[in-house]
Amino acid sequence: MSFFAKPVPTFAGHARGLSHRSFLRLCLLPLAVVAAAFFLLPMVKLVIVGASGETGLSAYAAIVTQPRYRATLINTVLLAAATTAASLAIATIAGLFLQRHRFPGRAVLVAMLTFPLAFPGVVVGFMIILLAGRQGLVGELTSRLIGEKLVFAYSIQGLFLGYLYFSIPRVILTIMAAIEKLDPALEEAARALGAGPWAVHRDVILPALVPAFVASGAIAFATAMGAFGTAFTLATNIDVLPMVIYTEFTLSANIAMAAALSVGLGLVAWAMLALSRSLTGGTIAAAG
Amino acid sequence: MSNSHGVSLRLEACAKSFPGGSRALDPVTLAVARGETVVILGPSGCGKTTLLRIIAGLEAPDAGGRVFFNDADVTKVPIEQRKVGMVFQSYALFPNMSVAENIGYGLKIRGIGKAQRAARVAELVKLTGIEGFEHRRITQLSGGQRQRVALARAVAVQPSVLLLDEPLTALDAALRERLRSELDRLLRTLGITTIYVTHDQAEAMALGDRIVVMRNGAIAQIGSPREIYFSPQSRFVAEFVGAANILEASIENGELKLPGGRIKLGNGAPAGAVTAMVRPEAIAIVPPERAALCGRVDAVSFVGDRARLIVTGAADRPLVLSVANSTDVKVGERVGLAIEPDAVRLLPGDRR
Amino acid sequence: MRDRVIFGGQLLFTALVAAFLIVPAILSMLAGITVNYFRGIGSGLTLQWVVAVWDLYAETIARSLLIAIATLAATLVVGVPAAYALNVRGGRFARTVEEVITLPLAIPGLAIALALLLTYNGFGDFRRSWLFILTGHVVFTLPFMVRSVMAVLSGIDVKTLDESAASLGAGPWRRFRDVIVPNARPGILAGSLAVVTLSLGEFNLTWMLHTPLTKTLPVGLADSYASMRLEVASAYTLVFFLMIIPLLVAMQLLADRPGTPERS
Repeated sequence: MSFFAKPVPTFAGHARGLSHRSFLRLCLLPLAVVAAAFFLLPMVKLVIVGASGETGLSAYAAIVTQPRYRATLINTVLLAAATTAASLAIATIAGLFLQRHRFPGRAVLVAMLTFPLAFPGVVVGFMIILLAGRQGLVGELTSRLIGEKLVFAYSIQGLFLGYLYFSIPRVILTIMAAIEKLDPALEEAARALGAGPWAVHRDVILPALVPAFVASGAIAFATAMGAFGTAFTLATNIDVLPMVIYTEFTLSANIAMAAALSVGLGLVAWAMLALSRSLTGGTIAAAG
Repeated sequence: MSNSHGVSLRLEACAKSFPGGSRALDPVTLAVARGETVVILGPSGCGKTTLLRIIAGLEAPDAGGRVFFNDADVTKVPIEQRKVGMVFQSYALFPNMSVAENIGYGLKIRGIGKAQRAARVAELVKLTGIEGFEHRRITQLSGGQRQRVALARAVAVQPSVLLLDEPLTALDAALRERLRSELDRLLRTLGITTIYVTHDQAEAMALGDRIVVMRNGAIAQIGSPREIYFSPQSRFVAEFVGAANILEASIENGELKLPGGRIKLGNGAPAGAVTAMVRPEAIAIVPPERAALCGRVDAVSFVGDRARLIVTGAADRPLVLSVANSTDVKVGERVGLAIEPDAVRLLPGDRR
Repeated sequence: MRDRVIFGGQLLFTALVAAFLIVPAILSMLAGITVNYFRGIGSGLTLQWVVAVWDLYAETIARSLLIAIATLAATLVVGVPAAYALNVRGGRFARTVEEVITLPLAIPGLAIALALLLTYNGFGDFRRSWLFILTGHVVFTLPFMVRSVMAVLSGIDVKTLDESAASLGAGPWRRFRDVIVPNARPGILAGSLAVVTLSLGEFNLTWMLHTPLTKTLPVGLADSYASMRLEVASAYTLVFFLMIIPLLVAMQLLADRPGTPERS
C-alpha cells in the first residue's frame, strides 16, 4: 500500500511554501526513520541470525525439540500461568471489595496496591529479598516464632512471589475499572429473582468480568513470560526463558540460539497481547 | 375481582432521604388491593422510582416507614425473599444466558427441576409471544423482544407483586403504543397486584385501575383515571394529565367573569377569585351573536383526527380548543364559545 | 452480622495484599537511612549510606537523568508530529502504523536489545556511547507518547481547527505550532511524564545494551543488590523512589483532571 496513495481528505489549496500534504509527510518522516532503523531492521536481523547458526532453521524448532529448552519453556509457561491465575483471583477479591465499599483509608489502600506499577524488575527482586531473603522480614519473624529461619527468596516460591509482585498492580487496575462499569440493574434483577450473594457472583458478576479477565490475564501472562530483571536479581538457578536467552548470549556466545529463542519468546508475548487488544482496545506495557 | 392474584400492599409513612441530605420522598402512605394495577405517574425526579424500589426491597424507607404485604410487615425483608417480579427500565437481561435461561433463572434459584422449569418457560414464551426465540442470545433481540423476555422472567416465579419501572420508555413511539395494549391485555390476564411507574400520562390512563400522581417527592392526587382527568385537585395535576386551559378569574352571581364574556357555573359556586380549569375538548364553537363568551381565532392546526384552535380575547390568556376535524373556521374569525357548567373545574390553591 | 464478618474478612485480605506490596518498599526506604539494618531503627538514623551512594553512583544517576531527558526530547520531536499526522490521515494506514510502533511493548526488552546489538555491533563508537541506550529507550517509550497525544487529539475536532486557522492564512507549520500543539497539551504532558518515568526505570533493554562506561540507575541498582551491603542497596533504592514518586503523583493528578486521556 503506497504511503501516498490515499488522498488526504481536507486541504486542496496550499499556502506559500509547504502544502498540507507535504507537511504531513514531513511529520511522519522522523517516525519512519526511527522505527525502521532502530526497530524493524533489528527485528529482521534477529530473525535472520536466529536461522544462521550451525543448525540453521531448526534452531527455531529447538525450543520444543531440545529437552533443555523444552524444560525451560514449560517452567516459564507454568510460572506465568500460575502468576496469572493467582493475580486474577487476588485482584478480583480485592477489587470487588474496594469498588463496593467506601470507607476512610480506602484511597490509601488503592494507592498502596497500584504504587509498585512503576518498579522495574530489579527493584521487585530486591523487594522479595527484603521480604524473604537471608536477612528478610519473614526470616526474622519465623526464627522468633518457630525457631527456624524461613528463607525462600532464591527458590521458585520467591520467584513466584516476585512475579506476583509486579502482576497484581497491573491486573487490579484493569479489573477495578471493569467492576466500576458493571450494570447494577443486572445484580438487582438477579436478587429480585431470589438469588443470594453467592449466586449473584456466580451467575452475574463473574461472567460479566470474563472479558476483563481475559484481557488483563493475557497482559499478565505476556509480562511474566518476558520478565528478566526479577529473575536476574534473585539469581535463581531456576531456568526461565529470558535467563536462558541471556546466558546463551553472554556466557555461551551461542548467538544464533539466543536470537532464535528471543524470536520465539517475542512471538508468544505478541500473540497474547494481540489477543488482549482485540478484546479491549488497550494495553499496558510489559515490564518486569 | 375474580381474577385476582398476589398480595395486597400497604405503605405507611415511607420516606427516603439520601446521604447527601437530599430528600427523594416525603412520607407516603398508600394501600393497594389484591390484583389491582396502580400506576405511579409523575415527571422525572418526583420520587416514583424511589417509591417502587422501597416496595421492591432495594431501598429501605427512613425510620418510621413500614411496608406490608398482606398485613405482614416486610420492611426488614430483603428483596431476595420478597418474591416480587421486577421489570427494570433497561430490562437488565443477563447477557451470559439465553432467552430461556433468563426466563428460567428465578425458578432455577428456587430449585425447581429441569423438566418443570422447561414447561413453565414454554408456557411463558407462549404467553408473551416470543416463540422461536428461546435459544437466542440477548444481544440478538430487538427492544420489543427484550421487553417481553424481561416480563416473562419476572412473571415466571409467580410473584406476589409485579413491579414495572418505566418498561416502555426505552422503545420508540410506534412500538410503545402497540406494546402498551399487549401489556394491558397481559396484566388483565395475569391479575397480579401490579405497581407500574411511568411519566407518560397516556400509558397511566390506559393501564391503571388507579393512578397515583406524584410531584417533588409527595403524592399530588390518587384516583381512577376518570377522577384524575375530570376532577384534578390541583393545577399541577390538571396540567400534567392531559392538556388544560387554566383560567384565573372571579365569580359573580354564579358566573365566571372573563374578558370575553361569562361562563355560567353550576349551583353552589363560591364567589370571589378562583383558579378554574377547562379541557380543550369541552369548549364548543358556536355562532358569536348569541354566545355568552366570545373570542378571536388566532391559529388553526389540523392534527388528523381533531383540529386544534387557539382563541384569544376570551380569557386572560389564549385558550386551546380541540374540535372536530370538520370544523370550518378561519384565522382572525370572531367565534362564540360554549362551555357546559360541569366542564369547568374549580381548582383549590396549589399545594406546592 | 454475617455481612460484618464478610466485610472484615475482605478488608483483612486486601490489607494483607497491600502490606505484601508496600512493606518491603518501606523497609528498603528505612534500611537506606538506618545505621545498621540488623540492629534495626534503634541503631540510629544516618545519611551516611545515601552519601555513599552518591560517591559511588553519582555519575550513573546523572547519566540516567541525561538519557531520560534526551529520550523525552526525542519522543517529543518524533512522536508529536507523527501523532498529528496519523490522527489526520486516519483509516487503515494509521491503525497499521500504530500497531507497528506498539510492537516494542509486546516484545520482551531482552529480545529488542539483542536485535539492536546484532545490528549495530559493528558501529563501535555508537555502540559504546550512551546514545545507543538512548535509541533503545526511544523505541520503547515512543508508543506511549504517540498514543497519549492521539487520544487527546481524537477528542477534539482537529480538522475544523486546522481549517479555520488555514482560512485565516496560517500555513501548515504555523497551524501546527499555534493551534495543534497547544490543544494537545494534556496528552503531551501525560505522555512526557510516562516517558520520563519509564526511561528512568528501564532495565531489561538497558542491561543488555550497557557497557561499564554507560551504566544507568537501574543497572547500578542491580550492581548494588549483587555486591553492596544491604544498607547501600537500600539507600540507592531510596534515591530511585524519591526520583519517581513525584512523577507518579504528577501522573495520577493529571489523570484525575478532566480532559486528560486515560492511561492505556
